[in-house]
Amino acid sequence: MSEIKNYTINFGPQHPAAHGVLRLILEMDGEVIVHADPHVGLLHRGTEKLAESKPFNHSIGYMDRLDYVSMMCNEHGYVRSIEKLLNIDAPIRAQYIRTMFDEITRILNHLMWIGTHGLDLGAMTLFLYAFRERELLMDLYEAVSGARMHATYYRPGGVYRDLPDYMPKHAESKWTKGKTLKDINSWREGTMLDYVEHFTNYFPEKIAEYNTLLTDNRIWKQRTVGIGVVSPERALQLGFTGPMLRGSGIEWDLRKKQTYAAYDKVDFDIPVGVNGDCYDRYLVRMEEMTQSNKIIKQCVKWLKDNPGPVMLDDYKVAPPSRVMMKSDMESLIHHFKLFTEGYTVPKGEAYAAVEAPKGEFGVYLVADDSNKPFRMKVRAPGFAHLSAMNEMVKGSMLADVVSVIGTMDIVFGEIDR
Amino acid sequence: MNTTTSLEKKLKAHFGDLITNIVVQHGELTAEVAPENWQQVCTQLRDDAQFSFEQLIDLCGIDYLTFGEGEWNTDDVSSTGFSRGISVKGPGRFSWEERETELMEKRFAAVVHLLSIKHNNRIRLKCFAPDTGVLAVPSLVKVWAGADWFEREAFDLFGIIFIGHPDLRRILTDYGFIGHPFRKDFPLIGNVEVRYDEEKGRVVYEPVSIEPRVTIPKTIRKDARYAENQEQLEGDS
Repeated sequence: MSEIKNYTINFGPQHPAAHGVLRLILEMDGEVIVHADPHVGLLHRGTEKLAESKPFNHSIGYMDRLDYVSMMCNEHGYVRSIEKLLNIDAPIRAQYIRTMFDEITRILNHLMWIGTHGLDLGAMTLFLYAFRERELLMDLYEAVSGARMHATYYRPGGVYRDLPDYMPKHAESKWTKGKTLKDINSWREGTMLDYVEHFTNYFPEKIAEYNTLLTDNRIWKQRTVGIGVVSPERALQLGFTGPMLRGSGIEWDLRKKQTYAAYDKVDFDIPVGVNGDCYDRYLVRMEEMTQSNKIIKQCVKWLKDNPGPVMLDDYKVAPPSRVMMKSDMESLIHHFKLFTEGYTVPKGEAYAAVEAPKGEFGVYLVADDSNKPFRMKVRAPGFAHLSAMNEMVKGSMLADVVSVIGTMDIVFGEIDR
Repeated sequence: MNTTTSLEKKLKAHFGDLITNIVVQHGELTAEVAPENWQQVCTQLRDDAQFSFEQLIDLCGIDYLTFGEGEWNTDDVSSTGFSRGISVKGPGRFSWEERETELMEKRFAAVVHLLSIKHNNRIRLKCFAPDTGVLAVPSLVKVWAGADWFEREAFDLFGIIFIGHPDLRRILTDYGFIGHPFRKDFPLIGNVEVRYDEEKGRVVYEPVSIEPRVTIPKTIRKDARYAENQEQLEGDS
């Protein structure tokens, strides 16, 4: 009998299941993984160094491009860190808007995750379903900021502008006209909040649809139950946060434990897993979508009843209105200084974290009395998760690597920064 | 806020001189630890029931070169022209590479953010790498396994060596990259650029061809509105 040696295979960076540009060097013994060495950094853009070279507000747009499927949550972490340094708070309406959009973002992210995770494990239909719903939410991003993905909507001291009174309608074309057109525009008759309300009433049914496809599906269970098990102790050791930590049975959610925005004023539950395998993390994320929907509903109700300012009335950090700028000398000066130089931030350091869909997204800022951050560090949840790759796949089969990559919900924008 | 002050008291009582320069700002506690005590202090912070910081949330490097130095004169008005630019200062600006590099005593630090799930607490610890030629800080991989990649990142970007790290390789930069890009004396535009060479049939590296440019200079203003807080802060430390 000839001796069989371990061999090494290259998984990615151009592999559809690698979720972007992950290059995995796998040392195999037959079909069993002996060692996995992820090579990251293929998408490294030096966001933190770039942020050090420009005024604080210029980097908000970079935050969208970190975890590019949960854009506004990243912005939230960054503006919260600046707000902490400046010792300011956004008005209550802005806090509710942020809460609502954080949850919309969570659904966006989880839809992306369930779609691609499903696709990797052979559930093609789900991908199409998830993207159908994602499109509805993308329209909200567009309505509020003008951009479908990279919104740059949150600002230190509030949000860029109030929610619009109308939703743009689909135009008539060769394919959509008459009753079809009327049907797809039926949600868009009222304000943006009416549209969101329509969505929250529509979405639970869709979650049920995803559940029928997967939750009791034999193939799905074979691919996820008992795969990538992480004990609670190891999850803490490895720096896991978010659903990865909750899937292992630790009840920890920054929205509840270190509350921010308007999360202390809305009612929701934290789903927690038991076994710490891919299937439990799947269940946790599915339930999070239901909870997010519940939060959005409450925010819509509050926002409809309570009009008010959405930006801090402080021209040192927030620009004056166009009308004021054109009629008032003082406002013109503020406007000019703000856009040519930016505001200066007092010396100090702050770390602010938000519960992003993937886990704890934190921004550590060091300021030195100047208009640019001296040091900015982004704490990306995916970075800590991916570092546990070797531990999670060692000793399992090659096909399980795909399950584990999917369950980590990794996006290279935030890992490579 | 209360939890932070009580944490400060507990730290002082338990560690004494091992932890220095405790600062409480924005409800967050920052402290410094010397490299020789780094592992010991961190292990105790993890294991002692009154602290129990089970999680290492983040570890990063900082380069304090040019801290508090502006590129724009805000105190004086020039008598010779309109320019307020201060030359030969600031990365990427003017002739940065000709700048005299003075030795700084405390230039590089590793900063960790710890989280205690049990007590719902956070703490930030800094460890300045000693200025003895080799920038070295003990590794925390044995204390928190999650420190592995974070330390590799700090090594890659700042050149801080973590002693005792099992696999200290570059992580984010290109294969064969030279230098530590997040150091303040590393140019923002980089040193090399890549392009595909048709004759050679492969990607080639060449010296960077673009000019460094700063559109908005770094401006320091001591804002009167924050003066009170700052004095209090400086009084504390």
